[in-house]
Amino acid sequence: MIGQAEFDFLRALIRERSAIVLEPGKEYLVESRLLPILRGGGFASPVELVARLRREPRGELERRVVEAMTTNETSFFRDHHPFEALRTRFLPDLIAARRPERRLRFWSNACSTGQEAYSLAMLLTEHFPELGAWDVSIFASDLSREMVARTTAGSYGQLEVNRGLPAAFLVKYFERHGTSWQVKAPLRKLVTARELNLVEAWPALPAFDVIFLRNVLIYFDLETKRAILRRARQALRPDGLLLLGSAETTIMVDDGWERLPAGVSVAYRAAAAVRRAGAA
Amino acid sequence: MRALVVDDSRAIRSIIGKTVKELGFELLEAGNGKEALERLEAAGTVELVLVDWNMPEMNGFDFLVAARQNPAWKDTVIMMVTTETEMAQMQRALDAGANEYVMKPFTKDVLHEKLQLVGLAA
Ligand SMILES: C[S@@+](CC[C@H](N)C(=O)[O-])C[C@H]1O[C@@H](n2cnc3c(N)ncnc32)[C@H](O)[C@@H]1O
Repeated sequence: MIGQAEFDFLRALIRERSAIVLEPGKEYLVESRLLPILRGGGFASPVELVARLRREPRGELERRVVEAMTTNETSFFRDHHPFEALRTRFLPDLIAARRPERRLRFWSNACSTGQEAYSLAMLLTEHFPELGAWDVSIFASDLSREMVARTTAGSYGQLEVNRGLPAAFLVKYFERHGTSWQVKAPLRKLVTARELNLVEAWPALPAFDVIFLRNVLIYFDLETKRAILRRARQALRPDGLLLLGSAETTIMVDDGWERLPAGVSVAYRAAAAVRRAGAA
Repeated sequence: MRALVVDDSRAIRSIIGKTVKELGFELLEAGNGKEALERLEAAGTVELVLVDWNMPEMNGFDFLVAARQNPAWKDTVIMMVTTETEMAQMQRALDAGANEYVMKPFTKDVLHEKLQLVGLAA
């Protein structure tokens, strides 16, 4: 069992490096996620591990510990409805607006193993063939180096392809290698994955047309959510769209957004007043 | 809404049947493809068929081909219940008129996602 001192140290470390809030009571979670690192690194106990982390701040071990604390749950076309709303409502309008420049930039944030980015790539390819002649790119990013590598590989196991992915897309857009399925090269080319920590400085990024920021704000405290939403607004084109997870909202967090409901889904856009201020 | 679960193992039928009922379907069962065609014939409207691939008498693929020959069932969603090895034949099943597949074993959430894809769940 992990001791109080070790738990407090790890909790503070995780929060500082990733903004992920681990409430007291999550000892079991921390412990089970540390287990592979303890075993793999030959640490006799969490006490030993923490001692090493104290000696080597910002080291490789620390990175692995922080990454181990992330929840990477995701699936293709997660929640279904947001993607339907994109297909039927938001993308047709956006494409019409961008027809003069023929360029679209998407950002899949906290992309985990990449299903969100590739769901979007499939949706665009399948339903908007016109975009084949456009400059379209999907930037995918995550704090975790391992997740970035998995996104770049675009290779999935049976359990992963069994979730949310239409059979027709599986046979059309994936290649089978033994028991894994890899996204075909033309779709992988649309996606560029990089490490990016939402609570550190963001690199210079192009202005995005659509930002997916789904199922990651839930791990953060209010101030962090607010700061990230504000930066996301600055990273968007003035008429660009933000998509959040189904348990997330800008309401009571950051009031610079206007809600665009579409069926059971909602997209967000910088509020008119904020857009004008930005243009001035 | 009614769902027909087709599998030669009664144990598997009962596991899948339970999930299907939890998702709000009335349950019908059949032990192979031939029985399934008879059930469909007798039942009138069935919205969903979950059919195993490997079965004696008439397998899931032959059932699919036969069922798609009857225009009365053109709107019935046919979902192939597959194992890993059968996944290689997915294209063939789609060409023959299957709507979706689900790999077993699966949870209620996974089936719910599949039903969303074919418009049988919100
Ligand atoms: C539950 S997944 C969400 C995946 C996908 N966006 C979705 O909605 O299905 C959460 C991801 O957030 C990442 N994450 C956690 N804290 C982060 C941070 N501070 N910066 C960037 N990514 C972070 C984790 O590594 C994890 O892959």
